[in-house]
Amino acid sequence: METNDRYEIRLAGEGGQGLILAGLILAEAAAVYDGKNAVQTQSYGPEARGGASKAEVVISDGVIDYPKVIAADLLLCMSQEACSKYVYGMKKNGILIVDSVHVDRVPTSRAYMIPITKIAEEATGRRITANIVALGLIVGLTGVVSRKAIEAAVRARAPKGTEALNLKALEAGLAEAERIRAEAERGQSVPIRAS
Amino acid sequence: MAARLMQGNEACVEGALAAGCRFFAGYPITPSSEIAELLSRRLPQVGGYFIQMEDEIASIAAVIGASVGGVKAMTATSGPGFSLMQENIGYAAMAEIPCVIVNVQRTGPSTGLPTKPAQGDVMQARWGTHGDHPIIVLSPSSVMETFLLTVRAFNLSEKYRSPVILLMDEVVGHMRERVELPPPESLEITNRVAAHVPPEWYFPFEDPSTDVPPLAPFGEGYRYHITGLFHDRAGFPTERVDEIDAWIARAFGRIEQHRQDIISYEEDVPAGSRVLVVAYGATARSARHAVKLARAKRYKVGFLKLETIWPFPEEATERLARQCKRVIVPEMNLGQLALEVERVVGRQKVRRVNLANGEMITPQQILAAIEEK
Repeated sequence: METNDRYEIRLAGEGGQGLILAGLILAEAAAVYDGKNAVQTQSYGPEARGGASKAEVVISDGVIDYPKVIAADLLLCMSQEACSKYVYGMKKNGILIVDSVHVDRVPTSRAYMIPITKIAEEATGRRITANIVALGLIVGLTGVVSRKAIEAAVRARAPKGTEALNLKALEAGLAEAERIRAEAERGQSVPIRAS
Repeated sequence: MAARLMQGNEACVEGALAAGCRFFAGYPITPSSEIAELLSRRLPQVGGYFIQMEDEIASIAAVIGASVGGVKAMTATSGPGFSLMQENIGYAAMAEIPCVIVNVQRTGPSTGLPTKPAQGDVMQARWGTHGDHPIIVLSPSSVMETFLLTVRAFNLSEKYRSPVILLMDEVVGHMRERVELPPPESLEITNRVAAHVPPEWYFPFEDPSTDVPPLAPFGEGYRYHITGLFHDRAGFPTERVDEIDAWIARAFGRIEQHRQDIISYEEDVPAGSRVLVVAYGATARSARHAVKLARAKRYKVGFLKLETIWPFPEEATERLARQCKRVIVPEMNLGQLALEVERVVGRQKVRRVNLANGEMITPQQILAAIEEK
């Protein structure tokens, strides 16, 4: 049944955090470089910066009819407001990733609390690359698109002159995911509370 | 062509360029701005013209002027701008000037919800300008369909010498999807018919051989008059009832008599269907999803997706609804095209599903309506 074959991703936070660009890159990785179907939609306020912003990506091997998230398989929250609003719109076994720099109240213990913005700052010196670090985490933790595809999509969509910087951010996210997986395999508890 | 991730507004731009559009005048407004932004870059590359005007009234005026100059022309806007354009849309209808007006709908009225989707301009697209007038309105539900219907909008506009409105919505305009655009040579492109008589014999509003007289571009030696007043065959104002009646008969007839050519839709109505879902635009995506969910639960459901919404596809709606007990019409408004469905199939049969708060209708909401007894 093709309507069940959907992987639904919601990237939520504030305007200016680059979440719509992150959604676009993820969708492009799936649709162009991995050859699947993908639809990306967005929802944001009228402000240029600040205000709630969210991008949604649906990935499927089949036809995608309804283009928005019904219940998220993966939720990324880059603000407290986003976390409080969307945490209940997840699938039962959905994965929740929050940026612990911006979110301190998570109404579930089943969350990856990762200082995404801090990792971005350490890896590239630029907080603004947190969206790409988040993509590395998402791909590393879920494998929803291939590593090759996400690298190609980041390279293609990063603003000219910032490709190396953004690939570094992606690498940092992938490495953090690797570390989390390794810890989980050693039997340390997941959810992980870093920071 | 290779697969690309493309936005609906971008597909509109690609469709316009493929159709031969070489003039855009507009004023940016969310959620249509990407169309202006991209065309400002792309049009000069292909020898076309882009002008950002002082407002939407001037934008549509410039588009009409460019078209009379012989160039395929368009503008793009959203609700507030579409309201401002209404008077000159009537002028284009009256003077039979081909042009394409894109309205990427957001929630209204007034400035409403600038970044949220709606389908609230369905009736405005039909009747927004004053007076009885013929019009064609197309509404796409995907990025690919946006490309194809933009091409079609230009083709119909040129073929029937009529303004054509491409009624998109925020979801379709901003949505990005995987598309493989067809190679340009595979597209059917309709160009304006050139005047086939010498200038001294030419009448811009009468041609014995056709109900769509050729429109000669200004500046090529064909001298004629254009006005928003009722006019005679040469374009000069008239109050003669016989001339007015002749214009009405021909202007409406050229659309009415070619309904088959103008109307397009997709039907998926298996024999024995008990419920018919009729949808268009982004809502058609929720509707098709709901139909699949319902069929998995063994409900006998048919689906009619409209691409042309004006003239309303009444023959298809009537034919497909005949075998069904109920007809469900989901719309991101408080019931607009549902009025047409009700007119055709009867009010008792129709179940409306409406949402006008800036959110998309979900498949579950439509499924719930299908499951009602």
